[in-house]
Amino acid sequence: MNLVLTIAAFVVFAALAASGCKKSHSDPFPVSGAIAGWQKTSDTRVFAAKDLWQYIDGDAEQYISAGVITTSTSDYKYQGKLEAVVDVYTMNDAAGARKILEAGQSSDAKPVQLGDAGIAYAQSVIFRKGAKLVRIVAYESTPDAAQALLALARGVEAKL
Amino acid sequence: MKNRRDFLKTAATGAVLLGSQSKLGLAAMLDQHVESAKSKVVVARDAALHGADGQLDEKRVQALLDRAIATYTGQAKPVEAWKHIVPVGKVIGLKVNGLGGKGISTHLALVLAVCERLQQAGVKPGEIVVWDRNARDLQGCGLTINTDPSRIRVYGSDVAGYEDQPVAFGSVKVKLAKILSRECAMVLNLPILKDHESAGITFSMKNMYGVIQRPDDLHDGGCNPAVADLNCIPAIREKVRFTIGDAISSVYDGGPGFHPERLWQPNALIIGEDRVAVDHTAWQMIERKRAEVGIPTLEAAGRLPRYIVTAADHAHNLGTNDPQRIHLLEV
Repeated sequence: MNLVLTIAAFVVFAALAASGCKKSHSDPFPVSGAIAGWQKTSDTRVFAAKDLWQYIDGDAEQYISAGVITTSTSDYKYQGKLEAVVDVYTMNDAAGARKILEAGQSSDAKPVQLGDAGIAYAQSVIFRKGAKLVRIVAYESTPDAAQALLALARGVEAKL
Repeated sequence: MKNRRDFLKTAATGAVLLGSQSKLGLAAMLDQHVESAKSKVVVARDAALHGADGQLDEKRVQALLDRAIATYTGQAKPVEAWKHIVPVGKVIGLKVNGLGGKGISTHLALVLAVCERLQQAGVKPGEIVVWDRNARDLQGCGLTINTDPSRIRVYGSDVAGYEDQPVAFGSVKVKLAKILSRECAMVLNLPILKDHESAGITFSMKNMYGVIQRPDDLHDGGCNPAVADLNCIPAIREKVRFTIGDAISSVYDGGPGFHPERLWQPNALIIGEDRVAVDHTAWQMIERKRAEVGIPTLEAAGRLPRYIVTAADHAHNLGTNDPQRIHLLEV
């Protein structure tokens, strides 16, 4: 019996070694209730760079040229009413994330302390942390949207 | 009842298209379009389309659609007007655009308004197909998937599939959605007006990227000449012949995705048969908004929608972008 267990352990160890012991990526999406008032309302979808057009055809080119590797997205709802989407772009490097953040910035952007840099509008929050770029967008404007989005953004940031 | 001569005469002034016309008849109409008449484009607006609470007023959308169609056709009664636009007894497709998700997609209220008038004009529910690339896009418009043939059908090419054999024109070689190639006799194009990162703007002609399997292959060079070439594919040119363009909401920069900080509400519909004239009119609307908020023109931003010019050239002959040849009616 001990011999069997020893062999099994060796096989598992060998398999991990052969795979390069890749570091597992943590899920950046807060679960329902983790951030007050926010429910995660969809499964997370992940798009490789070559498939990004299926999600944001037309917008995909700018992300690809900035070095996007994968894009993960999930829907959320705040207090059962305000719908929002969280997109997490994993870029090749921090420069790619910076490029997208700066390119998309308009004059009414309000700087926020999130990650390495972040901006907020009434209905959206965008920030970068290392090679990650996070964009959170609400589909409608409500009085509490900006604060709620910021809270969700901090929840995502903590998981990156 | 109009005789054929009256019909063609009316068509030449940009008022009527029927799905039952032969290819020969269509070619004749298109020729007359280009050679003998201005292309009619109607821009209908209602500043009160969104209520004080910011919500869209569905009744006002219906009224706005009626006003636009009445102006375009010269028919005061909506039902009579629609009878001049669509054939009865044929399957009519409504190609919406839900790529931008819930924030910036063809408005459900407009889709429902069109469906209502189609049925009143004699089109059976089962003869109406509302479609886009896939279920997600349709849900972005607020639509619910339905494949029951006794009711208005709502489904995407993820259900119906694409042709195995590609078709080509100029620079494009594409596989068409079977909903277009096999099911629909005529398609009403219901795009939503948006700025576009590579093409400059997306509206009538660019919405056809949603009727092919791999639109990502057609974004080089600012989508030029791909958009124009794509619209010359016979099934697109001949079946997609009337645009009911949604400019109720729009993004004037940062598109085609939803950027609420660049969202604006023109509260308008832009309709017409001449897809080039419609797109030219829509482009000018975006430029006026960009000027208003003080951001560069699309040309200065390096995103001039050149495909509109290409679509009007002799090689494509899809319509006119010459303001002198566009009969613009603003109501």
